Amino acid sequence: MPEPSLPQPQEPERAIAGTGTGAGMDLAAAEAATVGSGETGRPAGRPRSLWSDAWHDLRRNPVFVLSALVICFLVVIALWPSLIAPGNPLHCDLARAQDGPSPGHPFGYDGQGCDVYTRTVHGARASVTVGVCATAGVAVLGSVLGGLAGYVGGFWDALLSRITDVFFAVPVVLGGLVLLSVVTSSTVWPVVGFLVLLGWPQISRIARGAVVTAKQHDYVQAARALGASGPRILLRHIAPNAVAPVIVVATIALGTFIALEATLSYLGVGLKPPSVSWGIQISAASPYVRNAPHALLWPAGALAVTVLAFIMLGDAVRDALDPKLR
Amino acid sequence: MGRYVVRRLLQMIPVFAGATALLFVMVNVMGDPVAGLCGERACDTATAAQLKREFGLDQPLWRQYATYMGNVFTGDFGTAFNGRPVIELMASAFPVTVRLTLVAVVFEIVVGVTLGVVTGLRRGRPVDTAVLLATLVVISVPTFVTGLLLQLLLGVRWGWIRPSVPPQATFDQLILPGLVLASVSLAYVTRLTRTSLAENRRADYVRTAVAKGLPRRRVVVRHLLRNSLIPVVTFIGTDVGALMGGAIVTERIFNIHGVGYQLYQGILRQNTQTVVGFVTVLVLVFLIANLLVDLLYAVLDPRIRYA
Amino acid sequence: MRAPARVAWAAGAVAAVLPLAACGSGAGVPGGSVLSSSWGDPQNPLEPANTNEVQGGKVLDMIFRGLKRYDPRTGKAENMLAEKIETTDARTYTITVKPGWRFSNGEPVTARSFVDAWNYGASLKNHQKNAYFFGYIEGYDKVHPAEGRQTADTLSGLTVTGPRTFTVRLSQPFSSFPDTLGYVAFAPLPRMFFTDHKAWLDKPVGNGPYRIESYTKGAQMYLRKWDAYPGPDKARNDGVTLLVYTDSTTAYTDVLAGNLDLADDIPATQLKNVRKDLDGRYINSPAGILQTLAFPFWDKAWNTEGARKVRIGLSMAIDRETITRTLFRGTRTPATDWTSPVLGKAGGYQPGLCGRACTYRPAEAKRLIQEGGGLPGGQVRITYNADSGSHKEWVDAVCNSINNALGDDHACVGSPVGTFADFRNRIAQHRVTGPFRAGWQMDYPLIQNFLQPLYYTDASSNDGTWSNATFDRLVDQANATRDRATAIRLFQQAERVVRDEMAAIPLWYQNGSAGYSDRLHDVALNPFSVPVYDEIRVG
Repeated sequence: MPEPSLPQPQEPERAIAGTGTGAGMDLAAAEAATVGSGETGRPAGRPRSLWSDAWHDLRRNPVFVLSALVICFLVVIALWPSLIAPGNPLHCDLARAQDGPSPGHPFGYDGQGCDVYTRTVHGARASVTVGVCATAGVAVLGSVLGGLAGYVGGFWDALLSRITDVFFAVPVVLGGLVLLSVVTSSTVWPVVGFLVLLGWPQISRIARGAVVTAKQHDYVQAARALGASGPRILLRHIAPNAVAPVIVVATIALGTFIALEATLSYLGVGLKPPSVSWGIQISAASPYVRNAPHALLWPAGALAVTVLAFIMLGDAVRDALDPKLR
Repeated sequence: MGRYVVRRLLQMIPVFAGATALLFVMVNVMGDPVAGLCGERACDTATAAQLKREFGLDQPLWRQYATYMGNVFTGDFGTAFNGRPVIELMASAFPVTVRLTLVAVVFEIVVGVTLGVVTGLRRGRPVDTAVLLATLVVISVPTFVTGLLLQLLLGVRWGWIRPSVPPQATFDQLILPGLVLASVSLAYVTRLTRTSLAENRRADYVRTAVAKGLPRRRVVVRHLLRNSLIPVVTFIGTDVGALMGGAIVTERIFNIHGVGYQLYQGILRQNTQTVVGFVTVLVLVFLIANLLVDLLYAVLDPRIRYA
Repeated sequence: MRAPARVAWAAGAVAAVLPLAACGSGAGVPGGSVLSSSWGDPQNPLEPANTNEVQGGKVLDMIFRGLKRYDPRTGKAENMLAEKIETTDARTYTITVKPGWRFSNGEPVTARSFVDAWNYGASLKNHQKNAYFFGYIEGYDKVHPAEGRQTADTLSGLTVTGPRTFTVRLSQPFSSFPDTLGYVAFAPLPRMFFTDHKAWLDKPVGNGPYRIESYTKGAQMYLRKWDAYPGPDKARNDGVTLLVYTDSTTAYTDVLAGNLDLADDIPATQLKNVRKDLDGRYINSPAGILQTLAFPFWDKAWNTEGARKVRIGLSMAIDRETITRTLFRGTRTPATDWTSPVLGKAGGYQPGLCGRACTYRPAEAKRLIQEGGGLPGGQVRITYNADSGSHKEWVDAVCNSINNALGDDHACVGSPVGTFADFRNRIAQHRVTGPFRAGWQMDYPLIQNFLQPLYYTDASSNDGTWSNATFDRLVDQANATRDRATAIRLFQQAERVVRDEMAAIPLWYQNGSAGYSDRLHDVALNPFSVPVYDEIRVG
């Protein structure tokens, strides 16, 4: 496994020195700050930690504010869909199947004659829950395990990497049929759990790769030379520099998880009927795209907006965490 | 380096054993496959028993596994329920799938990295926004729909291509399927490249290179891109297996009888021997892909070395 | 695949693709009028007694002819290889095979070709999935005991009495027996099948109007017209290339693009466009397939007098008319009895037998279900297998219809099961708690085949374990009656018992559908929804 040949410690990166002397600072970081050039680009009197710096930047970033507002809106309609869609999503009249928009039904009807607008709004709950929770789970589990493997190296890295290899090998369909068919719960949690189980190896490998790269960086070597503890180096110095690819993959994976939920439902092991979700709507409307594109367009549009909001959010957070951009 | 590779190759043995055992158990947990063989009626007890004997399903699981592994070492991967040897299915499915995957990976590397570089260098410009929108479309519209629409447009309306891929499936016939298969991964590769590029743009070595007066092109390709490719390479390494084993939808739309299809059929018909045989080969592909990725780390970032 | 096979495969593929490329332009095809047709990979080895699904059946129908053949239009069983089939007691039959018939390898078809084939099909050691077809023949319990080892290798009821004659003795009277002999399991087999089984499986040899020229498993089969075919139904084209498609949508797209001549089974999602897309080159004709909802009669809650009312109420709550029109676009028709229109009225089909119980009457449905004590468990869960992909839609539509009729959004939900095998296991092990999907594709066009296997006590496809003494007695009587008209009348009486008890809810009759290119003429589907290949003219 990767065993870096340590380059000689050099001058630490300028920006890392800026992880200043805020509350909760410990000695090693304080040392790093003093050893560094001290050129933080901030008023010298009020140095902040990297994370509070990031928050400070984020609040002023219009992209962040906009995406946060979209996400808040999604959360609100996921919690109270009836606020904007008082109709019954389970009421379908087959005689109206594939009909276009009509008064009171702005998005038209799907293949079963259900109101597309009502179902799209009510579908937010399952889809946003699945997407966000699965992504969060995958991101946390994957980056912790992958990060540790990349940082520690040696035997543990080999073990973890080979386990991910086996995980990659298990086909989604097989895993779903085996693990989810025994579940009787009608909530979204089994699906979320399955997606996390399925998705973590990818993030884990991405995180591992990023950590393997980041730990070669001069400032990490410097921090180590200065006697900073392992966890501290990992959290303070490596994580902020390795988090970017994880954010990118996670935000896109959010969209694919919402779609994967539909695949599982299609296999008969996803959300138990009668569930409403964007994924189920999209997969049901897909074969009819020639005749009733509207039934596909709206739920797919909702999914696209959600993914867009999270991609923008991820971008903004990444920018804020990147000291080099300051 | 040599020792490292040997060590990694040796690690394949426990992974191989573990993966086959895991899959063996998983397929068996799904239950008795014989019930699905007699159409819309119950197999009579005697025939069911006879079929079980024929496929070795009357043995305890550990025994089935031992027999299977023993046979594998003599090159016998068992038989699918339609009477065809699994090795024959693999011999016809893997070459097509490997070609399809190669096409998809080439798309990911060429198109994905190019778009990533362009958008990374022009953040916030119209081209960046356009690529972002295309990304959203690719993520939110299922490949089934993009594939079907492209097929109708290019294959039927304009007559540029054959809608379905003929059995020989040459590289040029796999261009459209490869693009459809690669589409979601393209989104990942583009955005990963874009972000890494943005991260490294202000790195010291880039500033040094610029300060040295190197031409912009050389700085981007030699210094900036090379160091930004690590997450991209990692992603592609993890994606190879998904492309090979999970191309179920793409293969269906374009009528490609590849690994995705055979594996899917094997799973739905609960045929242990098909599933284990195909996935075993996929595991080997993963192991090799990830080994290559780890070796590439050292090529891309000279600071990383292997003992 | 070994190298030589690979070369042959590639060459065959090129040969098949070149003429296809030309067919869109309508240009003359070198090598004559060969058509290409969509196919699915057979799920079993192509042995006649082992083929229980339509894709394998398609090939066997082209390369085999049996004692009887079902007329592609009327479905009536007519003598093909049989010169005569005689009986005095509906139990012992003397069969005479016509002279002059041969297999395509030159071997004559004799009485022994049949007897050997049937013995092979029935014998337990060959584990043929259609073995039960020979179950009426005396000695079946010896060669195929329900449990344990077989004590005989051949059926004692079969005796070869001359080069072209043999006798069949059944274990009980069965007057329709001769009419079942058109089923593919009863096909004759050449010696080669037994002496060089592997070679036969690689390239099956039969006695039908086509012979297999090349077969690449999993990809395609090229069947050539057999010029020396002795039968009356010689092929009117030079051959058929069957191409394996894993998705019917792709086959349909290929027909649109001019790369494929004939696609049977048009996907329901494309039906709205089919007439415009193909300019009328589309057929939609009845097939002997009935879709029903069966009930778990092993569950007490479904097996009471009140539950009978609930079953009838559920049937009334299903708006068959709208579902068949909207989802299936006329490729299904609302069922009004428990048989199929392909039988014809003379064959026992009785439109409207189900009456009020099969028409959409939401108010009456609600009342009946209330009278019957409500839905068992408060909710019906319709179990189906999700792996074929097409069941979810109609199950959802049926549930929506029931929910609307009962005014309760949760009265009915679909309950998908991942794989077909799991679905079958749950039924066999009685782990299903509500109605479940049941489809019946007839083996032969007889009313007996729509009733006895499905509703007779402990019959092979009586998945719901329904049992009724009156029904059983009427079927026994019908089978023992030698007069055809009387037998059909008795079967219809039995069918009325099924109706009164609502043993299963009939949903719709299924049609076969196909679309074809403009170079084909005289395209038709037989009652088994298989294209009648030998009649198709090309160019």
